[in-house]
Amino acid sequence: MKRAAVFVLCLAALALVLYPIVWLVSASLTPVEDLVSNLRALFPGRVTTDGYARALEGAGGESFWTFLGNSTIVATGAVVGNVVSCSLAAYAFARLRFRLSGPLFAFALVTIMLPAHVTLIPQYVVFQQLGMVDTFVPLILPKLLATDAFFVFLMVQFMRGIPHELDDAAKIDGCGPVRNYWYVVLPLSRPAMVTTAIFTFIWTWNDFFSQLIYLSSTENYTIPMGLRLFIDQTSSSSYGPMFAMSVLSLVPIGLFFLAFQRFLVAGVATTGLKG
Amino acid sequence: MPYLFLGPWLLGAIGLTVAPMVVSLYLSFTDYDLFNEPKWVGLDNYARLFGDDPRYLHSVGVTLRYVAWSVPLKLVLALAVALLLNSLRGKGQAFFRSAFYAPSLLGASVGLALAWRAIFDTWVDTPDHALVTIVLLAAWQFGAPMVIFLAGLQQIPRDLLDAAAVDGAGWWRRLWSITLPMLSPVLFFNVVLETIHAFQAFTQAFVVSGGRGGPADSTLFYTLYLYERGFTEFRMGYASAMAWVLLVAIALITAVLFRTSRYWVFYGDGR
Repeated sequence: MKRAAVFVLCLAALALVLYPIVWLVSASLTPVEDLVSNLRALFPGRVTTDGYARALEGAGGESFWTFLGNSTIVATGAVVGNVVSCSLAAYAFARLRFRLSGPLFAFALVTIMLPAHVTLIPQYVVFQQLGMVDTFVPLILPKLLATDAFFVFLMVQFMRGIPHELDDAAKIDGCGPVRNYWYVVLPLSRPAMVTTAIFTFIWTWNDFFSQLIYLSSTENYTIPMGLRLFIDQTSSSSYGPMFAMSVLSLVPIGLFFLAFQRFLVAGVATTGLKG
Repeated sequence: MPYLFLGPWLLGAIGLTVAPMVVSLYLSFTDYDLFNEPKWVGLDNYARLFGDDPRYLHSVGVTLRYVAWSVPLKLVLALAVALLLNSLRGKGQAFFRSAFYAPSLLGASVGLALAWRAIFDTWVDTPDHALVTIVLLAAWQFGAPMVIFLAGLQQIPRDLLDAAAVDGAGWWRRLWSITLPMLSPVLFFNVVLETIHAFQAFTQAFVVSGGRGGPADSTLFYTLYLYERGFTEFRMGYASAMAWVLLVAIALITAVLFRTSRYWVFYGDGR
């Protein structure tokens, strides 16, 4: 009885929590006239896919596919960069002994909490002088250099749990650190790498601040930047394509969530990922 | 040999963290517009921030109000839902845990913030209520701390709660005297993490306010003002000073939280 009551309460809370998402999907399929007269209703009657047709045409003279392609390049680069560079650093911290190991790892932990704003402006100045503003380099290069120290931490935690006997066995068989990393530790760290890859993808896909700062021409815009073109427009005539593009922008996240929810939730539960 | 593996990280740590920090500290003592050489002005930027820039002080106020409302609201919701889910078992719990977590992934996006702006369209246009909508958008993403709370709740030994129940302790009494103290390290972790993040909130405020912190500067978050000074007016020295004040403020507040933790955070080993 009590459990049934809790269940019903959870369902009610879930309906409330999911309302904005369902509303967004509904609004993206509703003709603008109907939407304006009854803004907050769910599925108020007629259904249209006009919004999607106009969303695919894009905004600011570029098609949606341009934005999608750019977002995909940036997100893929970030995922590859984070997985490679963070696993390399994590291997050193977790499995190798060297003199500065302690202080350097402590420093890495501190950088997790550092607000990006204190490094932002000099980074921008350097990228600007190298002529790299309005390219994807400033968005991907930091990932190749493991500046998301959080993932270093996540992988260190995981790699420390791998039995050291394996290292010894590999050593006896003649493996140096490089082959030990590649053939022993990396395959066993797959769950941590998957978690890193998924979170990097989702955060990069959603990222707005650095893309706003570094991308200036429409042809280089990612999806969040494409959506930004709608921000200034307050007239309701752009509601259709705006909501349709919003839905399209969330589809990859939704799919990743459905496919990897166990990794995601477990990742948050064990490491306190900000999510 | 270790430095072969550490290479990329070390390069990033020096080239993209330490060196830029030093440079931005230097720039904060200069006038710099990106095109002319930085001009040394001493403490002028800092003096102007606190003495001669009402909009800056206003943005500090907006941000503090946002932190003070959004963090407790989000964490109370997270804790309440975690307590609720903790009384479910198996598949039901796993389902709701995932479902409630979803907004934490979606809520950071521009797409959802646009939807939020439309749903709350009447509030967004009034200075008194615009900030409330952004606080609600933050609270809506209670899923991540909820998952952390739930993991913490599952570490509390059942015997302890059962023994208290046998001794006649009611639900509230068990919550106050056993669950919350046992959960306090997790609560502390969430408070620190959420506070640090709340100070740096940007995307939602940018989108909901139409990019300008309006109406009437009512949602002029610290980071929004920093962006405006640095990247639309190109007053890089001034923006660097703002970044350093933010860093120091976050460090101080984190230090204060750690100082107070000894009075309300209990660790298992009796400290």
